[in-house]
Amino acid sequence: MSRRQRRLLLIGLALGVLGLAAALALSALRETIVFFHSPTEIAEKNIQPGTRIRIGGLVKEGTIKRDGLEARFEVTDGGNSLPVVYRGVLPDLFREGQGVVAEGVLDGSGGFRADTVLAKHDENYMPREVVDALKEQGYWQHGVKQ
Amino acid sequence: MIAELSHYALVLALALAIMQAVLPLWGAAKNDATLMGVAEPVAIANFAFVALAFAGLTALYIGSDFSVTNVFENSHSAKPLIYKITGVWGNHEGSMLLWVLVLALFSAFVAAFGGNLPARLRANALGVQGLIATAFLLFILTTSNPFLRLEPAPAEGRDLNPILQDLGLAIHPPLLYLGYVGFSISFAFAVAALLEGKIDAAWARWVRPWTLAAWVFLTLGIAMGSYWAYYELGWGGFWFWDPVENASVLPWLTGTALLHSALVVEKRDALKIWTVLLAILAFSLSLLGTFLVRSGVLTSVHAFATDPTRGVFILAILAFFIGGSLALFAWRAPELKPGGIFAPVSREGALILNNLLLTAAAATVLTGTLYPLALEALTGEKISVGAPFFNRTVGPLMLLLLVLMPAGPLLAWKRGDALGAAQRLVLAGGIALAAVILLYITAGGSLMAAISLFVAVFAIAGAITEFAERIQLFRVSAGELFSRAIGLPRAAYGSIFAHAGIGLALLGIVAESNWSTERIVALKPGDQVSIASFNLGYTGIGRREGPNWIEDVGRFEVRRGGTLVAVAEPAKRVYVARGMPTTEASIHTFGLGQLYVTINDPEQGGGVSARIYWKPLVLLIWLGPVLMAVGGVLSLSDRRLRIGAPRRAARAAVAPAE
Repeated sequence: MSRRQRRLLLIGLALGVLGLAAALALSALRETIVFFHSPTEIAEKNIQPGTRIRIGGLVKEGTIKRDGLEARFEVTDGGNSLPVVYRGVLPDLFREGQGVVAEGVLDGSGGFRADTVLAKHDENYMPREVVDALKEQGYWQHGVKQ
Repeated sequence: MIAELSHYALVLALALAIMQAVLPLWGAAKNDATLMGVAEPVAIANFAFVALAFAGLTALYIGSDFSVTNVFENSHSAKPLIYKITGVWGNHEGSMLLWVLVLALFSAFVAAFGGNLPARLRANALGVQGLIATAFLLFILTTSNPFLRLEPAPAEGRDLNPILQDLGLAIHPPLLYLGYVGFSISFAFAVAALLEGKIDAAWARWVRPWTLAAWVFLTLGIAMGSYWAYYELGWGGFWFWDPVENASVLPWLTGTALLHSALVVEKRDALKIWTVLLAILAFSLSLLGTFLVRSGVLTSVHAFATDPTRGVFILAILAFFIGGSLALFAWRAPELKPGGIFAPVSREGALILNNLLLTAAAATVLTGTLYPLALEALTGEKISVGAPFFNRTVGPLMLLLLVLMPAGPLLAWKRGDALGAAQRLVLAGGIALAAVILLYITAGGSLMAAISLFVAVFAIAGAITEFAERIQLFRVSAGELFSRAIGLPRAAYGSIFAHAGIGLALLGIVAESNWSTERIVALKPGDQVSIASFNLGYTGIGRREGPNWIEDVGRFEVRRGGTLVAVAEPAKRVYVARGMPTTEASIHTFGLGQLYVTINDPEQGGGVSARIYWKPLVLLIWLGPVLMAVGGVLSLSDRRLRIGAPRRAARAAVAPAE
């Protein structure tokens, strides 16, 4: 086999593997990405119940209610708030007034059923989406703390 | 005083790094031996001064000098000594200093042990290392100085983030950095080779041990990080496809590809251009990882509060090194002469396929990691790309890689016998099939689980087949077998161990994701709960105090078949200084499986909600990588023996030379 043929074969092989990877990535992107919405966006846009989304904002003061393994709380971006139900063990840094990101589905009656509540490792860290959501509602004055 | 001296040492280190960058590169261009000779002493001196600064910061932490902002923010006088020391790199400034320390250490190693390198290659490589050191020292001194003072000095520190107060922090970041930064050596050698326009087998023989060492550290670092997250965070998961984890996987995938392609350059003088590109990419992705972790551009569970100006600085460093090296590559690579010819079905061909699959996997991880950023910049939509994406893209590519892996070592260089290799793997395939039928029918699972299980067992059996082939099992007498096993080069054992290791890790992953059982229950004292073959009796909650924390400990008596086998004591701990709660999981190992128990905040009257997992074979997830690292070390020790000595050709007739 000549150098030229070998090179063509290699290029073909490379394109094949890259094509496979691209096909996998494209189909997976179409089906697995999850959009992020702030409570205000959820109030304004018409999002299908049952679609997996992420929501985020601050845990509203005085709204956390625990009942055994079930926790109910409201997530607010200052403008609107959204009631969330979550069953499971909450992350250590889950507190009132703290930024939170949750993943799950809208239940169709104005609430959100979360199956994941994102944990943070650092109490000063605020998820970027939450910062943006608060900024849009004009509730963000101080910069991200050091 | 210590802070000022350390700061001064760091400034001197910067001056030395600039010298190390400019003089040898200039000397190599002018072919001036005196200028090139500057590289070694300067590199060693640079290491000495960075080490001095690092030792200074450590001393400040041990002495709890809270007049230094960095110590005040990340330490506490009541913290145990070990965490005072590890706290040095448990924050942004200190971890960057550790990064530069490791970089300087590697440069010093090249300077000290690079005696048999060609002078120009050594000078150029050390010069490139000097450039990297200059950039990062500038970064530390201008944006992340750990030696800044605080006026007035507070009486007590704010303590280290409790999650980091763990032995994991002592081991995980240093290992990871040894890996990340270790790839800077392959990068420096690649750039040096491009500057010279010459790459040969000797170059590959020099690059491979450094790459291998970096790879061993990175493998252990990633595995260690995974185990740390598993036991410390209390979520029971071992991998989350978080952007920061992806950042460590990217250099690992490209580094693994580099290890294999450098083999082709070394043995067959082919794939040279590709290997140089991989060396550049592996380190570029390490830099990208540093950028992603340090800039806060991605929302990550690992993200710590960061300062955006630092992100811009690292982005500039990234642009300079990646852009510069790729431009140099585009300009000089055509001058590298292509080497040996080989048939598509051959060891070379197999290694190319390995490289294609590994880099394709790296490309999909990179896509998934950066796609949210790109989409937000273009459309303003915020999305997250999570585990389902990576499982569906990286999963199939890695399965394909692993199912082809056992065939690679059975093919000869230049021209291989595909049918012969397939025949020799029939037994391994049979074992894998039997394992699938047996376990799948008894334990059940999805189709994906069955395929993954087949691939995992096949990879392990394939590695054993390679060993059997090399010692000619069943074909020679027992005594002969023994002497053959002894006579096998260590590099051969290295590849067998590494290949078996990745199979074991996959087996652990399959078991963890398909046959784990989980129970979330609310319990009152006296309640019983059973999981798998265990029965847990909850006896109540107690309080315990540590040096800087208080915890509520639940007590569970674990019985198996009526006999008490363990007492699980998961806790909810609060670190006093920050008032920050953490979950302390209780983990007991039975064979290769683990019983994992965590609790929520206790309620009035001693009730508690608990999360209990039984994870069979879960330890394999981390023992696999350990075996891979052992393989890497074996292979390294082989190289050291052979360097400088004529290669023994006689063995090649017995077993294909590794």
